[in-house]
Amino acid sequence: MSALASTHHAELAATTPLEELDVSDPALYRDDVWQPYFARLRREAPVHHCRNGMFGPYWSISTYKEIVQAELLHKVLSSESALGGISIRDRPADLRLPMFIAMDPPRHDEQRRAVQPIVAPANLAKLEHLIRERACRILDELPRNETFNWVDKVSVELTVQMLATLFDFPQEERRKLSYWSDCATALPMPGGIIETEEQREAVFAEMLASFMGLWNARVNAEPGNDLISMLAHAPATRHMSPREFMGNLVLLIVGGNDTTRNSITGGVLFLNQNPEEYAKLRANPALVESMVPEIIRYQTPIAHMRRTAIADVEFAGHTIREGDKVVMWYISGNRDEAAIEQPDRFIIDRKRPRQHLSFGFGIHRCVGNRLAELQLTILWQEILKRFDRIEVVGPEKRVHSTFIHGITELPVRIPA
Amino acid sequence: MPSIIYIEHDGTEHAVEVPIGHSVMLGAVENNIPGIDADCGGECACATCHVFVDPAWLALCGTPGEQESSMLSFAATAAPNSRLSCQIPVTEALDGLIVRMPEAQH
Repeated sequence: MSALASTHHAELAATTPLEELDVSDPALYRDDVWQPYFARLRREAPVHHCRNGMFGPYWSISTYKEIVQAELLHKVLSSESALGGISIRDRPADLRLPMFIAMDPPRHDEQRRAVQPIVAPANLAKLEHLIRERACRILDELPRNETFNWVDKVSVELTVQMLATLFDFPQEERRKLSYWSDCATALPMPGGIIETEEQREAVFAEMLASFMGLWNARVNAEPGNDLISMLAHAPATRHMSPREFMGNLVLLIVGGNDTTRNSITGGVLFLNQNPEEYAKLRANPALVESMVPEIIRYQTPIAHMRRTAIADVEFAGHTIREGDKVVMWYISGNRDEAAIEQPDRFIIDRKRPRQHLSFGFGIHRCVGNRLAELQLTILWQEILKRFDRIEVVGPEKRVHSTFIHGITELPVRIPA
Repeated sequence: MPSIIYIEHDGTEHAVEVPIGHSVMLGAVENNIPGIDADCGGECACATCHVFVDPAWLALCGTPGEQESSMLSFAATAAPNSRLSCQIPVTEALDGLIVRMPEAQH
């Protein structure tokens, strides 16, 4: 962000009456100016009610400790898709998709357990070699002395190849996965990748049709080691409705794609913004291990998770009423000075770097966290073997979203 | 002070003294024992301080609560003697407790 914009938003954040502060505007994230608003909420109103938010009234929880506490209240703070699910923006009631992240126990637990084996230690060990081979190939083919978009050539490419493997989806059609992922999370707007909810439904129908063939083949075969086979054979998911299958596909595609993609991009950006950290890393490549969780914290690829109260609940001195929308801002909790030392600094060798909110906590904690870390770790190990520097040569372009905290373009150049 | 024996997945043993009232998780973290990550800091909100309690000690460690059981059910390698070590407070009776670490925390 420019210094001028930064000053303007610092002023606005300081002078807006507290009850009018609305952190749900996606432009705050597209323009990367969300920081001072949350600094004020954390200081003055860690649990804050906004009456006139862009997506309706909602509670904000912005401090680390309170977010963890809210995560544990899954009995009163529901994730149920029919109530609005996990994102601040409500989709039209008839278009809400059931998926296990947007379910409460016991259905959530049963369906989640169906896919959990994909990230068991033995399976991750098997994937490690494949990831390294692919990372090497992607990096070796990068142009030198030439400006290119790191997001497209590396971040999307590596994560989408991985996702195709996890689904045992045809590799030659892998870019469909990132397209569906982008469509799933896009805010409908004129000129956008998705202009209306109806258009999104049509894309989802196309996605479902594409996966239905894979499902039919796998449900009649011996249980395999891919996500579709796991869903087709697990008692909790084998009789899912097509809509539930669609929902879980969206979940696994977005979860396995958008998040790691944006952390891969974020890492390059942060090291360029912090040259002393980049020098530290070059001098000691073993720091990749602590840098990876630090990248995931600093990026916070999912800015928030939303819940809906299904009963009145006393929370940190406030009464949250049945039906209220509650938003846990991971992006803010990860910058909470009460929980993390110098939280606004990117420090690749900080103590206890895994203590962050990016994966969420409680029963909905990210299933793929270790796989995400594995991909980032291998990619950075291989980058350091090859390139002295990856230079960011122009401003990044960010996603216009309150939910996905992401980067669509990062122009870089690798000196020959 | 009670002594707790932590055994890493590769068999490496660490015997350390842990103050009464600390959790078994905290004992590992404060002594820099690898294999217990404790990402959530002891709130029973993740499953990265998962341990297998030696069967001889299982009863003395109490039984997991509902939240702990939920979190353990998502751990990659849970077994009947699995516990989250942040939920086991160290007492005089646990002097000599043996816990083993899983292959990986999740």
